[in-house]
Amino acid sequence: MLSDADRIFTNLYGTGDAGLKGARSRGDWDGTKAIIERGREAIVEEMKASGLRGRGGAGFPTGMKWSFMPKTIGALPHYLVVNADESEPGTCKDRDIIRHDPHKLLEGCFIASFAMGAHACYIYIRGEFYNEAVALQSAIDEAYEAGLIGKNACGTGWDFDCYLHRGAGAYICGEETALIESLEGKKGMPRLKPPFPAAMGLYGCPTTVNNVESIAVAPTILRRGASWFSALGRPKNAGTKLFCISGHVNKPCNVEEELGIPLKELIEKYAGGVRGGWDNLLAVIPGGASVPVLNKATCDTILMDFDSLREVKSGLGTAAVIVMDKSTDIIKAIARLSQFYKHESCGQCTPCREGTGWMMRVMNRMVQGRATIDEIDTLEAVTRQIEGHTICALGDAAAWPIQGLIKNFRPVMEERIRAYKAQSGNGGRSMPLAAE
Amino acid sequence: MTEHTEPASFAFDDESEARITKVMAKYPAGKQASAVLPLLDLAQRQMGRVTGSAWVPKVAMDEIARRLDMPPIRVYEVATFYLMFNMQPVGTYHLQVCTTTPCWLRGSDQVVEACRKATGIKGWKETSADGLFTMTEVECVGACVNAPILQVNDDFFEDMDAASTEALLAALRRGEYPKVGSVTGRQTSAPEGGPTTLTTLNFPAE
Repeated sequence: MLSDADRIFTNLYGTGDAGLKGARSRGDWDGTKAIIERGREAIVEEMKASGLRGRGGAGFPTGMKWSFMPKTIGALPHYLVVNADESEPGTCKDRDIIRHDPHKLLEGCFIASFAMGAHACYIYIRGEFYNEAVALQSAIDEAYEAGLIGKNACGTGWDFDCYLHRGAGAYICGEETALIESLEGKKGMPRLKPPFPAAMGLYGCPTTVNNVESIAVAPTILRRGASWFSALGRPKNAGTKLFCISGHVNKPCNVEEELGIPLKELIEKYAGGVRGGWDNLLAVIPGGASVPVLNKATCDTILMDFDSLREVKSGLGTAAVIVMDKSTDIIKAIARLSQFYKHESCGQCTPCREGTGWMMRVMNRMVQGRATIDEIDTLEAVTRQIEGHTICALGDAAAWPIQGLIKNFRPVMEERIRAYKAQSGNGGRSMPLAAE
Repeated sequence: MTEHTEPASFAFDDESEARITKVMAKYPAGKQASAVLPLLDLAQRQMGRVTGSAWVPKVAMDEIARRLDMPPIRVYEVATFYLMFNMQPVGTYHLQVCTTTPCWLRGSDQVVEACRKATGIKGWKETSADGLFTMTEVECVGACVNAPILQVNDDFFEDMDAASTEALLAALRRGEYPKVGSVTGRQTSAPEGGPTTLTTLNFPAE
């Protein structure tokens, strides 16, 4: 079990003062100047050595991402953009960082911006987080006033501006290029890559987009050293992580733990266990709505890290653990996610725009059982037609939950269809396809 | 979509103008289009403040287009792309019920039902006869460990159930505005009964 001394987010629950005074008492903004004085390259190398992988879902090594920015500043300014558009169903960790530990984020913004040659950073926060935006703006104002950011930030000679930008309700803006489009004042429609943001991002300038948690852990890693961080967790899955445990547990909560903690331990130790006991568990979505669901047998032994979950064809995603007990209509739970993706598709790519609606309609029939057995195969085949055939990963994200359902709960789907047939008494007759 | 009357004109008031000055300072010269979301938000807030109904009329979008030197269609397409801009008048209290899977698992159906019962509203996006409430189904608002969530205007009310929803709406009817956050008295996202981690640290309390 992770000890409190190794926890980074020491004001996770907002029991302490979120303001600058409280933040300083918890060690934030301590020796920031000395960190900056190590130089760009040393900071990036230390981040690489820490093994930190991006906390926004994809798990790409953060230090390496930082190293993709041009080494010298050319005619165009560099930008850091922080993705605070936390919208992945099940995920509510960045919200806690923003409202309870905002100075960790701001210090991280300054250090990361310096390490990438950026004098300006935009934090793009989802519009629904209005009170969180107010809290963060107040922290930004405090940091300016104290000279921690702004001209000659922390007395380092580096000018650094940090701006808060509120979104307005669009899941797709969590995709980094859609976020950039939105920040430029357009509809949040993802861009084709390449060019990647590091070459051509915000306003056509070199840009790196990082998740809130990835940026907020950076100052602590740099203060305590890469070896401290990489000693936590498991090989290639280093460090601590904020987990959000929601759904059918006795005590839903957020908690910081080491990567690689067994899922069962995470749920039983921190979230008060599954409602009705572990044997009442039906399934878990381990990393936010986009990753495939796990059945109980897998949940019994699975470790919560990037590679362990990838091995079972799921993913750590944002580490948002959605627990479902045996009372759950699993088909309906996944069908509701299909509705989510249908609602959130930006409409740019045909497979996603048309496919998410099609999948939702078929899934809604699957909930009733108003379908034929072979339509399960058709549905599976269609998810494969969407996956990998769109500009961004929303198409994949819409496909995976359904694939996970079919892989783990196909007998439940078939039983539902048989029950419907038996009840409606039209045994064997073919059903209308999704064109209804 | 219900029928509604568009105002004949729209101008930002002094309070909005003061905020617009701050907003515009965030973006580089020539990139003022970045301010379109903040300005749409300010227009909607001003409508709420002045008329009691927070929405964005067409004349406000035209004014924003003029300000930011954008073709009006660019502002319209942005305004209609993002869910938070109301394209028609809403009630004093905009009830935004999250029904995505994590909230649904924790009983958002009961919250929806309680809202319907208390307001008389049948469908989504409808406004109650007294003009007090509008009900919108929203997707995950990002507070899932405190599910289910009922967002009222800017505020999240958390850990809801049918009874607390009824009590909340009754309070709003009386002109009261209950404490925002968990209605069960939980400490934010900590487990019920209080934190089980971070208990050995001694930092000054707020």
